[in-house]
Amino acid sequence: MMARLSAGLSRRSTVALAVLLAAFLIAPLVVNDYLLTILILILYFAYAGQAWNIMMGFAGQLSLGHAIYVGLGGYVAATLFTRFGIGPWLGLLAAIPVTAACGAVIGYLAFRFGVAGVYFAILTIAFAEFARIGFDHLDYVNASSGLFLPVKQYAHNDLWLLRGDPTMFYYVILAATVFAFLLCHLLIRSRVGYFWLAIREDEQAARAAGIDTFRYKMYAVMISAAVTSFAGVFYAFFYNNLFPEQVFGISRSIEIILGPIIGGIGTLFGPILGAFVLTGLAEGLNSIMNAFGVDLPGATQVFYGICLLVVVVALPDGVWPPLARRLGLSGDRK
Amino acid sequence: MPLAVYLNVAVGGVLTGLVYGLMALGLSVIFGVVRVVNFAHGEMMTIAMYIAVVMFAWFHLDPLIMLVPIAAVLFVFGYALQASLINPFITRPEHSQFLLLVALAIIIANTLLIIFGPDARAVQTSYAFDSFQIGQMIIDASKVYAGAAAIAFTVALFAFFRFTLLGKAIRACADNHTGALVVGLDVKRLYALTFGLGAACVGAAGAMLVLVVDATPMVGPSYTLLAFVIVITGGLGSMPGALAGGVLIGVTEAMAGLLFTPSAKSMFAFAILVLVLLFRPQGILGKRAA
Amino acid sequence: MTALLSLDAVSKRFRGLLAVDRVSFTVPEGAIFAVIGPNGAGKTTLFNMIAGALTPNGGSITFAGKPVDGLPPDEICRRGIARTFQIVRPFPALSVEDNVTIGALLLRHDVGAARQRAQALLQRLDLFDKRHRLASTLTLPDRKQLEVARALATEPQLLLLDEVMAGLRPTETDRMVAILRALNRETGLTILLIEHVMRAVMALATRVLVLDHGVAIAEGAPEAIVRDPAVVHSYLGVEAV
Repeated sequence: MMARLSAGLSRRSTVALAVLLAAFLIAPLVVNDYLLTILILILYFAYAGQAWNIMMGFAGQLSLGHAIYVGLGGYVAATLFTRFGIGPWLGLLAAIPVTAACGAVIGYLAFRFGVAGVYFAILTIAFAEFARIGFDHLDYVNASSGLFLPVKQYAHNDLWLLRGDPTMFYYVILAATVFAFLLCHLLIRSRVGYFWLAIREDEQAARAAGIDTFRYKMYAVMISAAVTSFAGVFYAFFYNNLFPEQVFGISRSIEIILGPIIGGIGTLFGPILGAFVLTGLAEGLNSIMNAFGVDLPGATQVFYGICLLVVVVALPDGVWPPLARRLGLSGDRK
Repeated sequence: MPLAVYLNVAVGGVLTGLVYGLMALGLSVIFGVVRVVNFAHGEMMTIAMYIAVVMFAWFHLDPLIMLVPIAAVLFVFGYALQASLINPFITRPEHSQFLLLVALAIIIANTLLIIFGPDARAVQTSYAFDSFQIGQMIIDASKVYAGAAAIAFTVALFAFFRFTLLGKAIRACADNHTGALVVGLDVKRLYALTFGLGAACVGAAGAMLVLVVDATPMVGPSYTLLAFVIVITGGLGSMPGALAGGVLIGVTEAMAGLLFTPSAKSMFAFAILVLVLLFRPQGILGKRAA
Repeated sequence: MTALLSLDAVSKRFRGLLAVDRVSFTVPEGAIFAVIGPNGAGKTTLFNMIAGALTPNGGSITFAGKPVDGLPPDEICRRGIARTFQIVRPFPALSVEDNVTIGALLLRHDVGAARQRAQALLQRLDLFDKRHRLASTLTLPDRKQLEVARALATEPQLLLLDEVMAGLRPTETDRMVAILRALNRETGLTILLIEHVMRAVMALATRVLVLDHGVAIAEGAPEAIVRDPAVVHSYLGVEAV
């Protein structure tokens, strides 16, 4: 299996990957709690960004409402836990079909009726907003007052219930990110992956080559949605609270896409690099501001906006492709 | 509930809807000519609202008096934006343009947040609590003035596009880009002008809206979405469509607020958007996109 | 020879304009069938109806004994009819090899096997050395060959070519003609081509159909067609006859 995975990656890339993985594995032993939380955040965005990338980078469908899958995943798992005591991993098993179905509905409505490009993006925003307002009024999950998970002091880490200290969460999200990375790696080299690329490049030509574009676009949306749902489950059990405004908001959707766009849409490393750059720099900015005693709410967002602007204007393919060329690591398929 | 209540709310909705319509008109003009999806539309309106708030707070200048200057400021802003940042993006893929404007929207909204803080700011004019009484209907004076201003501004805009040479040149650009180039029109300058006009519309709408709604830095996205709903519902590329759509959404919102909970009123706008996108994507008055 | 494709009184109307008016013809298996005619004759409309991009208003299209009019383009391809585009549409950001592999993946679900088939086709079409280059970097004649390769990778029984010679220099035209002739001879592939370049039509076609104003005005062997008075009339006007 390792041979098959490293086929297509140059020797250099494989070594670099191994080093990177090793660094991530030992990180909790060497960094302090604050940095650990930052790393968790980075990996969270890398994971969510990778999931979004399946739809956009591979199949070319721009979703600006991806927060809906995070929110649904979180609420399904959290509700099952708070009301029925069902653990998050089983909750995930429930969240996956729910988010996939949601994706299927959005996809079906869009693709059957020819809603594409920017209109598709607007449709996804509309659905996310619909969910936000809907959940804000849904008393079953406490509406706008928020859903809270019980937090008790545990003597040890409970992986089954995801109750424990940050180190446990770190390894969980790291495993998830590695999983997402491997999944995308396998997908892009599979028949489905090739068909997605064809659809992304030229949908009409793809149809002329016999590809049932409707079906494969649906696959992309549903798989992307299902993979994203775990981010919601993780979010719920890590932060222990869910507010519709927070979880379904358009800012969340935009945060998810920033990593892959800055890193490089459609690449494997893009979302990870983007998440690093973005969160790393943002925290750097925060630290500097704190050091000077300056407190500007909204400053990080302005910073995100400027990053996005710079990337869109000057580096349309993202930061990763030119960087990869520099480092001689271009075995990575786009 | 007595009929009068429904009528009151409906009329209020129509008047607010006219302002919405003007805002949407700006978006329609921009999209119809420059073919750029202006995701920062709501944020431009927020800028206008805050200018109105500041002018009122410092100089006691009524937003309606400031209407033209605010529109002018936004015109310059829009013109500069198109000329410097967006024109080079015309040839780029759609999602690049979109993301450029998303980035601008984020920067604008959060800069306003830094400058003004998150609290709502209102403009309390002397006539803020006045109302007109017609038969059994009681209508807010602010809404009447706002609605009237919206109509006046829109008529002026229609006249510009219909009767002036510049207006016709812009319409020519929208109809046939290459043809316009061939005939020697400076398309880039016309694009910048159009963006400026669209921005002016939304600026005027902002100045009017601040009479009726409080200004907060983060209202941008919901108004951008509202503008999209209106434009798509009314019909892309149709100016009367934008107004008609605005009134429709205004009334729907108002009635939904009356019959259900006020905070859920946006859901109806979105439901309408989904329905229109699915079943009549060219909108009520629009033509099928080429 | 059995009829592979047959059109029976096929018509297409665009609001007021009758673009194709009750056109009927049969393409036998193994033939190279050309459709020619002056601009605006309805050739592209006819082509698009066979390829599934348009639905006829009247008549029927039968392929391998089954009706195919009104089917979507991807289903048409799966039935065994592959097409190229008049303005070439390779997948620009993908490599030449990936482009053809995608075509081969239709019937070969294993990526490795599809890639092998793609490489074989690229050899045949003189593109093997360029297989790692991005499709967008190729010259026009190479891109046209790439489209043909991708279409062939779907293992069609009928290949539809839409003005594939357009924009090619005479030597490049001859090369394409040679490749198509060889394919037809060695694999029995049936070809239907819309063409303006008479050099190619004369060299390739076993049978020619002439359209004018949506109506079929002549059908027969190439040599007979070019001498047909109605055909000369439609191209050059009454005076030329």
